[in-house]
Amino acid sequence: MTAHTTYEPKTAIERWLDTRLPIVRLGAEVLEFPTPKNLNYWWTFGGILSFCLATQIVTGIVLAMHYQAGGASAFLSVEQGIMRDVNYGWLIRGIHANGASMFFIAVYIHMFRGMYYGSYKAPRELLWLLGCVIYLLMMATAFMGYVLPWGQMSFWGAKVITNLLGAFPIIGKPITTLLWGGFAVDDPTLNRFFSLHYLLPFLIAAVVALHIWALHVPGNNNPTGVEVKSKADTVPFHPYYTVKDGFAIGVFLILFAVFIFYEPDALGHADNFIAANPLVTPAHIVPEWYFLPFYAILRAIPDKLSGVIAMFGAIAMLFALPWLNTSKVKSMRYRPTMKIYFLIFVAACCVLGWCGAQLPDDPVIGGLGKTFTLIDSDLNSYVWLSRIATAYYFAYFLLITPILGLRETTSPVPDSISKPVLAGEAAKKD
Amino acid sequence: MAESLADSASNPGHAGDDPSRRDFIHIVAAAAAVGGAAAVAWPLIDQMNPAADTLALASVEFDLSKVELGQEVTIAWRKQPLFIRHRTPKEIAEAVAGDHADLKDPQTDADRVKAGHAEWLILLGSCTHLGCVPLFGQGEYGGWFCPCHGSVYDTSGRIRKGPAPLNLAVPEYAFLNDKTVKIG
Amino acid sequence: MLRKLTVLAAAVGLAFVATSALAASTREEPVAPSAPWSFDGPFGTYDQAQLQRGYKVYREVCSSCHSMNLVAFRNLGDKGGPFWDPKYKSSVENGYVKAIAKDYQIADIDRDTGDAIKRPGTPADHFVAPFANEAAARASNGGALPPDMSLLARAREGGPDYIYSIVTGYHAPPAGLTVPAGKFYNPYMQGDLSSFWKGDPNKVPPGGFIAMPPPLADGKVSFDDKSPSDLKAEARDVSAFLMWAADPKMEERKQTGLAVMIFLLVFSGLLYASYRTLWRNIDHH
Repeated sequence: MTAHTTYEPKTAIERWLDTRLPIVRLGAEVLEFPTPKNLNYWWTFGGILSFCLATQIVTGIVLAMHYQAGGASAFLSVEQGIMRDVNYGWLIRGIHANGASMFFIAVYIHMFRGMYYGSYKAPRELLWLLGCVIYLLMMATAFMGYVLPWGQMSFWGAKVITNLLGAFPIIGKPITTLLWGGFAVDDPTLNRFFSLHYLLPFLIAAVVALHIWALHVPGNNNPTGVEVKSKADTVPFHPYYTVKDGFAIGVFLILFAVFIFYEPDALGHADNFIAANPLVTPAHIVPEWYFLPFYAILRAIPDKLSGVIAMFGAIAMLFALPWLNTSKVKSMRYRPTMKIYFLIFVAACCVLGWCGAQLPDDPVIGGLGKTFTLIDSDLNSYVWLSRIATAYYFAYFLLITPILGLRETTSPVPDSISKPVLAGEAAKKD
Repeated sequence: MAESLADSASNPGHAGDDPSRRDFIHIVAAAAAVGGAAAVAWPLIDQMNPAADTLALASVEFDLSKVELGQEVTIAWRKQPLFIRHRTPKEIAEAVAGDHADLKDPQTDADRVKAGHAEWLILLGSCTHLGCVPLFGQGEYGGWFCPCHGSVYDTSGRIRKGPAPLNLAVPEYAFLNDKTVKIG
Repeated sequence: MLRKLTVLAAAVGLAFVATSALAASTREEPVAPSAPWSFDGPFGTYDQAQLQRGYKVYREVCSSCHSMNLVAFRNLGDKGGPFWDPKYKSSVENGYVKAIAKDYQIADIDRDTGDAIKRPGTPADHFVAPFANEAAARASNGGALPPDMSLLARAREGGPDYIYSIVTGYHAPPAGLTVPAGKFYNPYMQGDLSSFWKGDPNKVPPGGFIAMPPPLADGKVSFDDKSPSDLKAEARDVSAFLMWAADPKMEERKQTGLAVMIFLLVFSGLLYASYRTLWRNIDHH
C-alpha cells in the first residue's frame, strides 16, 4: 500500500490492533484515498457492483437454507417452499433472481466505461485483467445458478451449453462426462452446480479485493485520462465519493425495485416455471439475457467447434485489449473518431444481444420476406445480422483499436485535471 | 485565485456555510440509510422462523376413543413424540397422592390435566434431561422410565428420581368434545 | 447530471423490457384481447368474488384432469385468496377451507396397521392430483399430459390472457387443414401447421393443435352469486383464479413495492441533497 493517511490510533484497542493487524489503518487508508475530483457518474458503478455482490451473497446464503438440490426436490423447494411457504421467501428469491440481472447491467456499464476512458491502459492493465477474471467468474456463477431451480430452461440451457464443450476434438467427450458426472445433465450435475455456485461468489469477492488493491496502486483513472498531478486534483474518497456512490446506489435500487416488485418475471423465461423434463424440448431454448450476445456469436458460425471458439474468442478479446490499444491518448473524450467506432461497438453488442433471442432463420425486416440466399441462409435473417455484428465486434478489437490508435487525430488533452476546471471550459460533456 | 481554489479543494471543510445546517442533511440521510437497512434485515431474519407449511402442521386433532383404559398411544406432533395416556383410577389416585411429595419440579396433578378429564394425560414424550423417549409403565412410580440416564417419572409425568430437572412437558391442548382433543 | 442519470435509468429500464418483450415475441400467435384484469398494474388486486367463481370452475371442470399440486387447501384462506376471512386467525382455522379440505380423500398410511388408507383432507394437505402419476394421466388423455395448473399462468407467455384465449378460442378449422384424430384446432396454441395445411403456403393458419376438447361452455358452471356464467365469464374467472394460484403473493408484493418505492425516492433525494451539500465548494466540472 502506498497510501498516506492521517490516521492515528486514538483508543487503547486501536493501538493494540494497529501494531498487530492494522485493519483500522487499512480502513482509514481506503476512506481517505485521494480520488480524482472530476469523476462522473459512470464511476459510481464500482460501488454499485460491490453492493450487488453483497446482496447476492446475503440473499443466496439465505436461499440455501431452504433450497434442496436434487432433481426430485429442487423445483418444489423453490416454487412451493421458498415462493409460497417461507416467510418473505418470494421477496428473497425475487431479489436474488433479479439481482443477478442487475449485477450484469452494472458490470456491462462498468466495462464500457473502462473501454471508453482507457482505464485499462498502463499502468492499470492488471486491474483490467482482474476485472475480466471477475466477469468470467460472474458468468460461471450465473450459469450454474440458473440451473438450480431445475425448470425447463434450467435443464435445457445446461444441456445445450455443456454439450458445446463436446465440440473440442479428443478431450471434448471426456470433459463433458466429467462435468456431468454421468451421461447427461442429471442429479450429479445439479448437486455439483449447487456446491460450486455457493463457492464461486467468495472467489469473486477475493478477486474483487485484489481488483480494489490493484486500483489503489496507481489510483483511479478519470474522465480526462490525465493522471493525477497533485493533491489539488483530488478529494478524499470519504465523504465525497461514499455519499455520491450512495446516491447512485439509491437510484440503482429504484430500478431494481421496479423489477422485484412489479415485473419479477420480465427478465426471466416463462418456460422455467415448468419443471425440468428431459424428454420434452422447449420450443425455443434461450439463455438469460446477459448471455445473449455470446449466444448470437456462437450461432453465427455454422460449424459447432468454430462457433465455440468464436464465443470464447470474444471474451478473450477483452483480456487482450490493453495490448491492442496503441493510442497515446487514454480517454475517448479526446479521441473523436474512435468515439464513433466505440458507439457503434456498443450498438453491435446490443444488436448481438437482440439477435441471440431470435430464431436464426426469422426475417429481420418482417415485411421484406425472403431476399436471396448467401452461403446457407437468407440475407434477411438474424443469422446474417449476427454475422455482421460479430464481424464488427472482432474488427473493433483486432483492427480498429490498434490501427486507429496509430492514425487518428486527437483533440488537445488538458495538462491536468484541475486545469480545465480553472480555465472554465464548460464543454466537458462526453 | 488559483491558490484559494486549490485551497478549497484540499480543505473542503471550510465552505463558509452554517455548519449545523450542513450537518443536518448528512445526519438525516445516514438515519434513512440505517432505517432502510433495518427494514431489509427483518425479512432476512424472519425467513428463518417456521414456514407456513410447518405452521400448518402445528396442531393436530386426535380421536381419543382409540385409546383403551390403562393404555398409551404415541403420536408424532411437530415432529416429536407425544404421549396420550388413558389413566386408570388407581394411576390418578397415585398421581394426586404425590402432589405434596418432595418434588424437584413441584406441580399438582390437577395442574397437568384438564378439569373433568383427569383420566387423559397428554405429555411431550421427550425426557427433560437430554431428550430421550421415556418408556411407558416402567420405573418404581408406574409412570415412565428413561433408559438413557435413569430418570423416573410418576403417573402424572413428574420427575421423581434421576438427572432430569423438570416434569415431562404438557403441550397446549383443548377438548373439542369428549372424544376429540386438539393439540397445539 | 441528475437528469442524465434519470434518463439513463429510464433508458436502461426500457431497454430491458423491450428486450424481454422482443425475446417473447418469437411466438407469432397473438393473444386474444381481454378486458383489463383487476390485478393489472402496480396497484392491482385480486377480486375475491371472481377468485371464488374461478375456483368453482376449476373444481367442477378442470380438476378432473388437471392437478394443482403446489397449492394447499389452506392457501385458499390466505390473505388475498378466494376464501380469506379476517375473522379467522389463520388460514388453517378457516371454516371454508376446512370444509373444502374434508371433501377430498387423501392417501395416507394407517398408523396402527401400516395399510394404505384414504382419510379426509385437512387444511395442511395439498390439492389431490386426479391421476396417480404422469403415465396414468397420459393413458387417460390419449397420450397427452394435462399440465399442472399451479404455475400455468406464469409458465405461458401472456399468462391469464393466454389461458383466456385458449379456452375461448376454439373454432372450426379452416378448410384445407387436416386435424389429427383426438386433437382440436386452436388459433392460440403454439405450433407450426404448415405440414397439415393444403392451401396457400404463404397463408398457413396461425395456431396449433391441442389435445384438450373445449373445456367450457355457456352455463356449464353456475355461480352462487348469480354472476353471468357464459363462456367468456367462466373463462375470465378461471383465468383470474389460475393467476392467483400461480402468484398468491402478488398483492403483498405490490403493497411492499409501494412502500419501498416511496422510501427509495425519499432516500435518493436525501442522499442527493447530502451529495450536493458536500460538493458545493469543489470545482469538479
